[in-house]
Amino acid sequence: MSRLNVSLPGLEMKNPIMPASGCFGFGREFANLYDLNILGAIMIKATTVEPRFGNPTPRVTETPGGMLNAIGLQNPGMEKVIGEELPWLSQFDVPIIANVAGKTIEDYETVAKEISKVDNVKALELNISCPNVKQGGITFGTVPEVAKEVTERVKAVSEVPVYVKLSPNVTDIKEMAKAVEAGGADGITLINTLTGMRIDLNTGKPIIANVTGGLSGPAVKPVALRMVYEVSQTVDIPIIGMGGIQSAEDVLEFYYAGASAVAVGTANFVDPFVCPNIIRDLEKLLDQYQINHITDIIGRSWA
Amino acid sequence: MVAVEKMVVTEQIEIAKNIFKLVLKGDLVVKVTAPGQFVNLKVTESLDPILPRPISIADLNKENHKMAIIYRIEGRGTELLSYKKIGDEVTIIGPLGNGFPIQDMKSGQKALIVGGGIGTPPLLELSKQLALRGVEVTHVLGFQTKEAVILQQELSEYGKTYVATEDGTEGTKGFVTDVIDQYELEFDRLYTCGPTPMLKALEAKFPEKEVYLSLEERMACGIGACYACVKETCKKDDELGYRKICSDGPVFRAGEVVL
Repeated sequence: MSRLNVSLPGLEMKNPIMPASGCFGFGREFANLYDLNILGAIMIKATTVEPRFGNPTPRVTETPGGMLNAIGLQNPGMEKVIGEELPWLSQFDVPIIANVAGKTIEDYETVAKEISKVDNVKALELNISCPNVKQGGITFGTVPEVAKEVTERVKAVSEVPVYVKLSPNVTDIKEMAKAVEAGGADGITLINTLTGMRIDLNTGKPIIANVTGGLSGPAVKPVALRMVYEVSQTVDIPIIGMGGIQSAEDVLEFYYAGASAVAVGTANFVDPFVCPNIIRDLEKLLDQYQINHITDIIGRSWA
Repeated sequence: MVAVEKMVVTEQIEIAKNIFKLVLKGDLVVKVTAPGQFVNLKVTESLDPILPRPISIADLNKENHKMAIIYRIEGRGTELLSYKKIGDEVTIIGPLGNGFPIQDMKSGQKALIVGGGIGTPPLLELSKQLALRGVEVTHVLGFQTKEAVILQQELSEYGKTYVATEDGTEGTKGFVTDVIDQYELEFDRLYTCGPTPMLKALEAKFPEKEVYLSLEERMACGIGACYACVKETCKKDDELGYRKICSDGPVFRAGEVVL
């Protein structure tokens, strides 16, 4: 009997570890390195109605313990993702969470309606938190009423459960969580990146061509944990936690904070084998802390 | 097949001002398939900097499981790398990317190899392998000044080697293109790596010839997953519209991507 299997709306998972959207492409690069069947789920790269090239380069830079990115939702567009990437991913026995983005609410509806019909797409992740695009993205994720409306309208057309990915760039994350729950969200994923910047001393200009980028990596983990802790005690829907996870210990910390599953992002760029390594280490860690099943510890840190 | 391996430092020497040659030993070396491939190096096991550094493979010795990389101190990452001592371990992800195409070059054909500054190192292994195939190699290397000249002697072992410096302190005063004109150098194929203005000049100078360019860009993963290092394609009707330098490149035929 597995001690790592997890059931969430739409998702029957062997374990609670999944690569985060935007950090795993559509899986092809990593399939050359290891068997993707070991993953709990895969959150694919954000998909928009139209193909997008993304932002000019440089698109990444660093800060101690973290990286800044402004990729700009580069993706081949809905038609290609549905016609090529998802069928290719169907060779793996792994539920796919499709990250959906757009410039308008109608864009979100269009992608959600079509992509949720694909067999291996078991849930949607509504991206209302990308800080690196001029239209859409985070503009839907900072005002509770707007976030609620997008959620409602996507829920109305989606054939699978809808998770909403929240931005940490808000005054009160609890209000955002309550709004999307009221809008019918089946779950919440958090956190997306924190908006930041770096400046090149030689040129005196921002290093990232887009000026600002999203901060991710271990540097944001305490912020992510605090938000998982707050949100999980505010809403009744499950949370997939993410933000700087790079070890099995980090996974336990997110569970204690109140997460029901976790996603691994930036760490995939630092060590492409990080997901299999975490899955391997997690069971040993349960022994060390005398935990019978991973779900037993959700929210253990709550007062 | 990409591997992650802790390789051992067997040599670290400063070959020019702020330019170092680092020799690493490990099994990963046997997986290298072409000159011009690169590796991603974790310069520290701590989190600052968090991302690995992409650096090209300059020299390969599969029998001894050794490879050399040559890098210039540009920032914190490469500075930390320069502190590595013999016996230290360095975590390496690689080999990455597609190297220079050489299989179709035949004995007696002429290759012109053009290096600019710190772009020169991957051309060393390239030249070695071309020479082994009996290809007649000629090198043109461009640097800012005499102090920055690297690999002139090493490359001379495989073929005639010309140097240009911008300030004229070594070789021809001017650019690599001036050397090519001055000596009326001819070739069946041109391979190059160096600063973008140099690559652009070579691309413009030889529109009808076979020219292969090795590019660089800030990267995160190095395996094609993060989409940090994309370049637009020159053909507007290209199905993708872009190429990833790390996994589609870093070597491209001139005219494939917008420099």
